[in-house]
Amino acid sequence: MIPEIGQFALGVALCLALVQTLVPLAGAQWSNPDWMAVARPAARGQFLFMVIAFACLTYAFISNDFSVLYVAENSNSALPLPYRMAAVWGGHEGSLLLWALVLSAWTFAVTLCSRSLPSQFRARVIAVMGLISIGFILFMLTTSNPFERLFPAPADGRDLNPLLQDPGLVIHPPMLYMGYVGMSVPFAFAIAALLGGHLDAAWARWSRPWVTAAWVFLTLGIMMGSWWAYHELGWGGWWFWDPVENASFMPWLVGTALIHSLAVTEKRAAFKNWTVLLAILAFSLSLLGTFLVRSGVLVSVHAFATDPARGLFILMFLTLVVGGSLLLYAWRAPKVRSGGSFEPVSRETTLLINNILLVTAAASILLGTLYPIFLDALGLGKISVGAPYFAAVFVPLMVPLAFLIGVGPLARWKQSRIGELMHRLRFVLIAAIAAGVTLPLIVAGVNRVLIAVGIGLGTWVAISSVMNLAAYLRRQTPHQPPISKALVKVPRAVYGMTLAHLGVGVFIVGVTFTSAFGVEHELRMDPGASAQLGGYQFQFLGAHELEGPNYTAVRGRIEVTRDDKQITILHPEKRVYRVQTNPMTEAGIDSTMFRDLYVALGEPLNGGAWGVRLYYKPFVQWLWLGPILMALGGVLAVSDRRYRATARQKAMPAGTISRGPEPVPLTSR
Amino acid sequence: MTPKRKRRLTLIVVLIVGVSSATALALYAFQKNMLYFYSPSQVYAGEAPQGHMFRVGGLVVDGSVKREADGLTVHFKLTDTAKTIPLVYTGLLPDLFREGQGIVASGTLGPNGVFHAQEVLAKHDENYMPPEVADALKEAGDKSLDAALVRKR
Repeated sequence: MIPEIGQFALGVALCLALVQTLVPLAGAQWSNPDWMAVARPAARGQFLFMVIAFACLTYAFISNDFSVLYVAENSNSALPLPYRMAAVWGGHEGSLLLWALVLSAWTFAVTLCSRSLPSQFRARVIAVMGLISIGFILFMLTTSNPFERLFPAPADGRDLNPLLQDPGLVIHPPMLYMGYVGMSVPFAFAIAALLGGHLDAAWARWSRPWVTAAWVFLTLGIMMGSWWAYHELGWGGWWFWDPVENASFMPWLVGTALIHSLAVTEKRAAFKNWTVLLAILAFSLSLLGTFLVRSGVLVSVHAFATDPARGLFILMFLTLVVGGSLLLYAWRAPKVRSGGSFEPVSRETTLLINNILLVTAAASILLGTLYPIFLDALGLGKISVGAPYFAAVFVPLMVPLAFLIGVGPLARWKQSRIGELMHRLRFVLIAAIAAGVTLPLIVAGVNRVLIAVGIGLGTWVAISSVMNLAAYLRRQTPHQPPISKALVKVPRAVYGMTLAHLGVGVFIVGVTFTSAFGVEHELRMDPGASAQLGGYQFQFLGAHELEGPNYTAVRGRIEVTRDDKQITILHPEKRVYRVQTNPMTEAGIDSTMFRDLYVALGEPLNGGAWGVRLYYKPFVQWLWLGPILMALGGVLAVSDRRYRATARQKAMPAGTISRGPEPVPLTSR
Repeated sequence: MTPKRKRRLTLIVVLIVGVSSATALALYAFQKNMLYFYSPSQVYAGEAPQGHMFRVGGLVVDGSVKREADGLTVHFKLTDTAKTIPLVYTGLLPDLFREGQGIVASGTLGPNGVFHAQEVLAKHDENYMPPEVADALKEAGDKSLDAALVRKR
């Protein structure tokens, strides 16, 4: 009964999404306030029914209702309860349901926080989001119904993929989806602005908190995915340039570019067309990511479905959304006049270069991800593009970007002088060069150039970010009142930017240390045997069998000592899950802020010996600390007072609000 | 040319140089890191390049996996049911590496016809068959195996 209620709720949600799209669009077109007013209640109703549908599926999982096909395929009565709940999004159908739920949740958030928007604009935004909802709910109902029954019902389910039975999975997909789908909000804002013909500073200011919020989730989602791969795959790697990872990374890069170009559009009314295009691209790449992952074009842990009908549906939907919005852009954008001219040395220029670097990086990742698929589809041979390609392209693009982090915030809008910038940054530059040169001399490493560049850039980014904040503080308090006053006066967005940039610095240092000083060793270990790695002594104490709730495991014991003092005992496991009988590696990890000791069991060899992987990974936690700082920075920026202040402002006609430093030219229609 | 135009021109030139060098870099790296896939039959027929990295995929032949005394160097044979080639790999194999399982290896072909694998991939799903392997098997044209694959998928 409950699954039928879920299916019914999906149907109702579809109907409400149709109303949410068609009526407000028509209302906005013919300036009918009653029709436009339909947008908000319809969107809220759709959200309610999506929650009901999702709750029904969750209930089916909790109550082990294996008469539901999707539950039978992805769960098992022996599966622990938290994983049964996470299994809701452990397969194709459920993760789509989560996608659609998250979309309606973002729409709901828009209905709550859009009181200050002009009603016509708001109606269009909600309608565009409704259109995307229609696509996804239709997709579910026609090709991937999560509530489909299975008759006769099996006695037990086929269990969740063991790889996905990890705390990382419980949080990773919802976070990632919040980010992916969150990009639909700036997309809807952009489309609504194009439809209405008002692309101005106000539009940019309304978009900014939404982009940043989605970006925060995307950042955390990607970070969680990387953390999960590090823990669960047992290779000690944290990023594989796997197509699925790339699919989430491309919207992140474009989203990052969008955050920066929105700043220019809001403050200086420049880059308008470019910003709109970025908003469209960011969401298109999110959709493309969904297509790549869900259509079965890419085969990986994440690809559940290989049903061609599904791929075709998403491809058509993708073409419709991307093609339609690009057409609209091509039609409307030439009429938009960009204001705010600027000099070659100015903050605008640094942000422009930032955008070019980020978009180029995204484009080259797109090339490496899609080209093999195209070749294969055209029957021109099977190729794969290795991780070295991505590293070779990505790193050189990010080096100047990291350098610009130091320069951009200090440069003035419109016109800046190189001499002045050099003067202000001279000590940072000296410190960065000193750090980059001395460190490779003290610590022996493999790749000296890499270390020098990495550490130099990390130092540069970190110090210049803090210095920029200090400069801000000084400007707030020219007559030296107490520093506490200045600390309060500086807008939270500035703290946010500083923190996020600091996060980049932390990440760069982490990548540099991990890749330059990390050591790994694969070897055969007999019980009692020991090995040296990174100054630590690893002794294999033997392995014993262990019964888990839904698996049996062999658990190894490896004692780690340093200078005859015990550091820790690691317990790597080799698990075999009972239902799917896949062997799984659970790494034994000891983490501190400055190094991880990581041990994974390979395969059993004769005489009680095991093939063992040992890793010493310095600063690896910084790889996740960096993104956490970036996300925190994003949270601070979203909570900035000015966004709340505008939310309280009375609604004004579109295009009349301007808080830029100079009057913003209105767009022509 | 007015100073304003001149500055704009500088900016545009800088941008063009930057973007085109990035593109050149990308294409160069792309060329260098592109790995072609060959089936065991193609390798056997000498179609695969010597000394260049490429990928090969097929089923691990039953009873062919032999370990050296160090426990880490593994010799095994890979087949697409038509032809079989020998491989050697040093290191720990992925969890799902088993005899009869479909795998993909990347590495180079030695002069003696032995493929030296630098990486061995077996996906984390028992029922999963790497698509390249499935196609290679189909090419090799074993009807009964085709049927088995359909069931597997």
